Amino acid sequence: MKRFIGFIKKEFYHIFRDRRSLFILFGMPIAQILLFGFAITNEINNVNIAILDHSKDATTTEIINKIAASKYFSIKQMVTNEADIASVFQKGHVKAVLNFEKDFSKNLIKDHKATIQIITDATDPNTANTISNYVNAILQQYQKQLNKDITIAYQIVPETRMVYNPELKSVYMFVPGVMTIILMLVSAMMTSISITREKELGTMEILLVSPLKPIQVIVGKVFPYIFLSIINAVVIVVLSIFIFNMPVQGSLFLLALESVLFIITALALGILISTISATQQTAMMISLMGLMLPVILLSGFIFPISSMPLPLQMISNIIPAKWFIIIIKGIMLKGVGLQFIWKETLILLGMTVFFIGLSVKKYKIRLE
Amino acid sequence: MNTNKVIQVEGLTKVFGDFTAVNAITFHVKKGEIFGFLGANGAGKTTAMKMLIGISNPTSGKANVAGYNVFTHAENIKKNIGYMSQKFALYDDLTVKENITFFGGIYGLSRKRIKEKSEVLIKELGLEKVENKLVGSLPLGWKQKLSFSVSLLHNPKIVFLDEPTGGVDPITRRQFWELIYKAANQGTTVFVTTHYMDEAEYCDRVSIMVNGRIEALDTPKKLKEQFKAENMNDVFLKLARE
Repeated sequence: MKRFIGFIKKEFYHIFRDRRSLFILFGMPIAQILLFGFAITNEINNVNIAILDHSKDATTTEIINKIAASKYFSIKQMVTNEADIASVFQKGHVKAVLNFEKDFSKNLIKDHKATIQIITDATDPNTANTISNYVNAILQQYQKQLNKDITIAYQIVPETRMVYNPELKSVYMFVPGVMTIILMLVSAMMTSISITREKELGTMEILLVSPLKPIQVIVGKVFPYIFLSIINAVVIVVLSIFIFNMPVQGSLFLLALESVLFIITALALGILISTISATQQTAMMISLMGLMLPVILLSGFIFPISSMPLPLQMISNIIPAKWFIIIIKGIMLKGVGLQFIWKETLILLGMTVFFIGLSVKKYKIRLE
Repeated sequence: MNTNKVIQVEGLTKVFGDFTAVNAITFHVKKGEIFGFLGANGAGKTTAMKMLIGISNPTSGKANVAGYNVFTHAENIKKNIGYMSQKFALYDDLTVKENITFFGGIYGLSRKRIKEKSEVLIKELGLEKVENKLVGSLPLGWKQKLSFSVSLLHNPKIVFLDEPTGGVDPITRRQFWELIYKAANQGTTVFVTTHYMDEAEYCDRVSIMVNGRIEALDTPKKLKEQFKAENMNDVFLKLARE
């Protein structure tokens, strides 16, 4: 036990004396959570638009005022003719142009019909789509207001309720994802780098010749990172609760247990990577390409898995992060207990056992 | 078993696939001896040594180190040997004292013992002024001497040195060998690999490995007579040419 404590002390010296690892360990989680929380968002806010109003009558003014009053849009400029639209977009100041036809009010009264053209800059398709939906919603509302005295014979009224995230905050989606990335990064990449570092420097050989058992060496290397990963998980959860008002509907205890499980999964992966790479550089490349990219792209964190092509959907099943994201979303947003996420938990557990088994085997081969 | 022989090896062999790295070597090392284990790069020195220190399993043969069988009691061997690898291996980002404390700790020395030992050691090596400096900031020669002393911290019966003097100047090498003599005088057996042939002259007995086999084994003096050579370098060249 005393040997073990000495070993861990040494490991902490390594971590605290290396500015790069300190930054990855503590700067990165905070920076990422704030970045994802504040800057990267699917919502639109204060999008600049331009107006081309051929009628300039009471109705168009009213609609324009409504749009300007919403927090989603701010009217950047007025365009006077069709020819200018292209140049407005090219300058890139605005994301959409609303084009009101001539005699808007008159047409509305006479023909009961008037048209607005919504032109959006679709270089960013998601935003373009959202803009057009938001404008439509505002128009619908206005139309309802106009028709409030008239009853339409047949009416289908959809009543939409967004459960678990009624305000559609994208932070609810990013926090689980960021937490997954950070835990993966700290646990897998940092451990694989720190183990390969000992190999590269030749100190691993010295440790193996010492009376320490190989398993003690590995546990000693990994232990500080379990500790630091848990701290990171706590920091992320606290930040997301207090800064982004992210709810934790389910049990905090279960969340903690599942996080520890995922940390161990990632550590096992880190150990596995360290057994197959000879240098820190290789370990880092494998961790980044082999772990971070799939976590970001295929875990369902950013891109929904259900809309991926089938082969990618199948690949996503072998990515531990996918299951962890399902688990923490379940606990934090839906407030589910273990009875609903036991399957995902079991899959993570199975993967962990598999990775540990594989690393032990690889490790033995190396010693042969 | 003769207790005077701290290393006894018989027909020790290591095969990687269809490559025989170490081919049935047989030799012994006496207590308190400085045993030079020579050979060109790739002759199988390091592989043979790794089997003796318990980090590589032999394919066949017999080997006893410090009274224990390498096949069955590798863990006991580890407690009784010291090892210094060719990549000088202390932690650069730990201070001199922290390194000593750490390595003392993994060999299970008590805190009091580590304290005593490190004071003596730092004084002997003249490192008082830099004891709280990071090892990474020391010159290579100092690091190597420190590394050697650290491998002796737990008073091992045998110390294995894998090309300990690679890349240092002749004066530091000379000083390093003084440390080796001192350890041997205190009863520690020294097993050292090297490819500096002048260093071979300092050994009590040397073995020369060529392509996985031990082709010659005797005192430097007798080897020179046997091969009618002026110095160990010539002995080595004659052997390698055959």
